[in-house]
Amino acid sequence: MATEFKTEEKVTVGPKSVAEEEMAFRDEVWSIPGGEAIRLCKQCGTCAGSCPNANFMDYSPRKVIAMVRANMKEEVLRSNSMWWCLSCYLCTIRCPQEIHITDLMYILKQLAIREGYVQKRGRSSNLAKGIVENVRKYGRVWELEMMVRYYLRTNPLGLIGMAPFGLKLFLKGRMPLKPHRIKNRKQMRKIVKMAEAMEAR
Amino acid sequence: MKYTYFPGCCMTGDAPGYEQSIQAVCPTLGVELIKLDDWNCCGATAYSSIAELQSFCFSSRNLALAQKEGRDLVAACAACYTTLRKANSYFWEYPEVREKVSEALAAVGLTYDKRVNVRHLVEILTTQDGILKTLEDKVKVKLTGLRVASYHGCQLVRPKGGFDDPEYPHSLDLLVKAVGAEAVPFPLTSRCCGGSMTISRPEITLGHIYKLLRCAADNGAQCIIVACPVCQINLEAYQGKVNSKFKSNFNIPILYFPQLLGVALGFKPKELGINRNIISSKKILSPYVS
Repeated sequence: MATEFKTEEKVTVGPKSVAEEEMAFRDEVWSIPGGEAIRLCKQCGTCAGSCPNANFMDYSPRKVIAMVRANMKEEVLRSNSMWWCLSCYLCTIRCPQEIHITDLMYILKQLAIREGYVQKRGRSSNLAKGIVENVRKYGRVWELEMMVRYYLRTNPLGLIGMAPFGLKLFLKGRMPLKPHRIKNRKQMRKIVKMAEAMEAR
Repeated sequence: MKYTYFPGCCMTGDAPGYEQSIQAVCPTLGVELIKLDDWNCCGATAYSSIAELQSFCFSSRNLALAQKEGRDLVAACAACYTTLRKANSYFWEYPEVREKVSEALAAVGLTYDKRVNVRHLVEILTTQDGILKTLEDKVKVKLTGLRVASYHGCQLVRPKGGFDDPEYPHSLDLLVKAVGAEAVPFPLTSRCCGGSMTISRPEITLGHIYKLLRCAADNGAQCIIVACPVCQINLEAYQGKVNSKFKSNFNIPILYFPQLLGVALGFKPKELGINRNIISSKKILSPYVS
């Protein structure tokens, strides 16, 4: 039957038409556990108003959600927003739609790393990297090595500034000079390896 | 009461005073903490930022080891508590996470198939029947007149589903009152101290710390108690830097909460690792220490 109303396969946004398959970034984010709820966001801005670091972010959490839904991959992953998240979960508990905004930030950090948007000397990402190396090697965190590596990677001169701080902790018996290793490091390494393989599939 | 205890990396690193005071105070209150053998790092905020699935997998190694013990798993670090809780809830809420984590655990001969309750030490001391009463009864030196700000921090009470109000918690105040001290009003009690970014963005975090110290000081607090090693080092070790940035002169002792309880229970400061804190609390504690 002929009809005046044709079913449009495409959604028109401005001059460009965006086909469903071009929404890959948005779709990926909401397919990841913890990311699905951003569908429910009504852009009230409670998250942005609650975040202690929102004023340092390129885009507030509210904007980040809007941009993910608009599939603005480049802009979102290049931004500093998720790297300024403190993981304090204030946005998450206040969100009237119960969106796990803090968890969304974790998802975006991982995607930014995977897609190569993270600067080599990025501070927050390098700090995280140091902890990852620690855990893989020892099964636990060894603060001294983690700190030294962090400064060498991001700001070697900063190490000098931190020396008195480290010394203060050392003198109080709060800066062990040796790592604490777990016994079953082999088991730990195997678990990490398995998880890595699963990430790839 | 017996619990499986998850110390976390800070207890073997920058927070020996926390560990020491926990080990002194808990047995006195009838709380038996049995260390989880060969526990590993929970992954904290950092590992999850880079590879969350890996973090879930090895976090769950702890849960699988704890399952064998058959008791609730208790952490005293707010970050460990939240991270283990997150791994636990994602494991049980998302079948795809459960499947992958189980597979990784199975590869090393571990099973996690019976939910282990993850709890915080503050929760145990304040919600478990009779413990607050025991604490009151065992007090040897009432801390009358000591004004304490209870800083709960963020991850102790957030996200939802924990043991206290996620914005206006009061659990630590219960402990403060039980030992006879005064819990001063502290509106910023669950405002984040910025701990996860102190190293990477000190210029910002110092502002967060300043607000907390200001709030505590303005409300007349003589000391702040915390239930997280990250909060402790952040509020204590950076006070000098805060002072030079904001032209303030804070010198507020930051005590791990069991250190405060321990003083009231009659332990010597050294037995509670108070000597390992950077800011001396001699002056404020001297009336209560023999």
